[in-house]
Order: sequence, then C-alpha cells, then structure tokens
Amino acid sequence: MEILREFTLLPLIATIATYQFGLFLQKKTKSPLCNPLLISIALLIGLMLLTGYPNADYQAGMKTISWLITPATICLAVPLYQQVQILKKHWKAMLAGIVAGTFASLSFILVMCQLLGVGDVLTFSLLPKSITTAMGTALSEQTGGDPAITTAAIAITGILGCVLCTPLCKLFRITHPVAQGVALGTAAHVLGTTKARELSDLTGAVSSLSLTVAGILTAILYPIITIL
Amino acid sequence: MALYLKQSAIIFGFSLLGEALNRLIPLPIPAAVYGLVLLFVALCLKLVKVEQIDKVSSFLLTILPILFVSPAVNLLESWEILAPQVLSISLLVVSSTILVFAIAGMISQLFCRKEDGNGNPS
Repeated sequence: MEILREFTLLPLIATIATYQFGLFLQKKTKSPLCNPLLISIALLIGLMLLTGYPNADYQAGMKTISWLITPATICLAVPLYQQVQILKKHWKAMLAGIVAGTFASLSFILVMCQLLGVGDVLTFSLLPKSITTAMGTALSEQTGGDPAITTAAIAITGILGCVLCTPLCKLFRITHPVAQGVALGTAAHVLGTTKARELSDLTGAVSSLSLTVAGILTAILYPIITIL
Repeated sequence: MALYLKQSAIIFGFSLLGEALNRLIPLPIPAAVYGLVLLFVALCLKLVKVEQIDKVSSFLLTILPILFVSPAVNLLESWEILAPQVLSISLLVVSSTILVFAIAGMISQLFCRKEDGNGNPS
C-alpha cells in the first residue's frame, strides 16, 4: 500500500484506464447504464475503499491535470461556433426549453422542499443543482446553503443526466438533436454536455449553449426566489 | 510543436481572461463561462480563427470527460454530510433531474418541429 502512494502518476493512469475500460464496456454492451464516466467513478471509489488508498492522495495526484477543466470547458466555444447557423435557426426552441427547464427546476425543488419540510439549509443547497459547480456552490453559499451538499448534488445530477439520457429520450420521445441538447445542458450542466458530445456535434453545441444560458438565468432568478 | 504551443497559448489566454473577469466582477459566474462566451464572440468576430486553435481545442474536448472524474470521486468525502438526509436528497435529485430533462427537451422539441416545418428544414 505505502509503495503505491509513492507513484505520483498512479491516480492519473488509474483514471484514464478505468475510463477506457468504461468506453470498452459501453461499446461491447451498448447499454446506457454502461456510461464510461459512471464506470470510472464507481471503479475508482471501489478500488480506493478496497485498498485503503487515501482519496486525498488521489485528489493531489489528479491536480496535475484538473487545472485543465477551465481551458477545456472554454473550448466548447469551438463546436458552438461551428454550429452557429443551425443554432440561429432554432434559437426560439432553445430559449423556450432552457427557460422552461430552469423554471421547472427551481420551482419543483422549492415546492418539494416545503412539502418534505427539509429546512432552509437543504433547500438552498439543492436549488442550484442543475447548473455548473462553480456557479452552484457560489449561489448556495450566498443564501446560506451548504456548498458541500451542493457540490455532491450537482455531481450526482450530472452523472444521472448522462446515464438516464437514452432511456429518458425514448420515454418522452425526445428525438430532435436540438431538443436532446437542450435537455442535457439544462438538466445536467457540463457533465450532460460530455454525453451530448457523444451523440453528435450539434447536440454537443446546443448542450454547451444551454448550460451557459441556464446557469446565467439561474443566477438572475436566484435572488428573486430567495426573497419568496 | 510550435503550432501546439501557439494554440495552447491562445486557449490559456482566454482562460486567464476568464479568471480575471471572475475576480473583477462580483457575480457568481465562473471563469470558464466568461472564457467560453469571450472565445465564442472572438470566433464570431473573426478575431480568432478556428484553424488557430483547432488541434489543441479538439484534444482538450476529448479529455474533458476524464477531467470530471476526480471531482466526482470526491463524493466519497461528502458521504458523512449527505448520510443523515440521504433519502430526501436522493428523492429530490433524481425526480428533479428527470423532470427538468423532460420539460426542457419536450418544450424545445415542440418549437423545433414548428421551426423545421416553416419552409427550410436543416
């Protein structure tokens, strides 16, 4: 065990290896539950619990690449630009879907939290769960939520969006690539966008636009909702 | 080699610009969102051409999903915080994710169909 902790590149290699294994399983089984992200996360958590390899060491090892998250997310502007003609044509459809989805998200959580009587801290921690982590935790913190719960809820929402995408699209007959992109980006932020990019370039572009607009819209609506 | 360095410099430059705006403007908007919007605007205004960033940006987009593995593995740490309310949290997270997915998708599809119907389908 101790010797494993000496290898600083081990976390990175384990992450890539488990992700590749997930991609392989996805190809073999063609099951939507075999999402490479989910498989990689589950395997890594399992391995760490099994071997007692500390999460702190894993996180420290991943710092070597995790700083790339911001520049890599920014690159979503490229497919967005390349699809701009189709996006222009469907701007009403995208805007309508994003606005409806964001309103649904905020009001559903508000109402359900009242009904379940879970208290203000949990309510404000869960409200920004459909938007990207940096934004969600900031909003949660400002209003007295617990940013740790928000971070977890946002991550679980993102993974759920990726895993449930195919069955949900079938169930609700969402077949249009633009609509699929809006659903993934609005409901499951940047993680949903990685799934959308698997589907098609257009779906990925719509999803990255949706996550941006839904995030900004949530930030605008947030102060209004917290007064209520 | 020089090509990759130049492309990286442009992308990291927008990243830095995003970080700067994030620090300067007191809004909860992350550096990545500022950077994404700025790069998109720069592409539209032809200040930056796709060919100037295509190689590095497609590499970064390929590895994007892997970058989200470690924050998600960090869920391990939140178990103690989540445990007391795990039932209500899971119920809310699962049901709202499905609801938002369905509403956002179905509403935009409704409009898409109309827009496709009006003359010029894509």
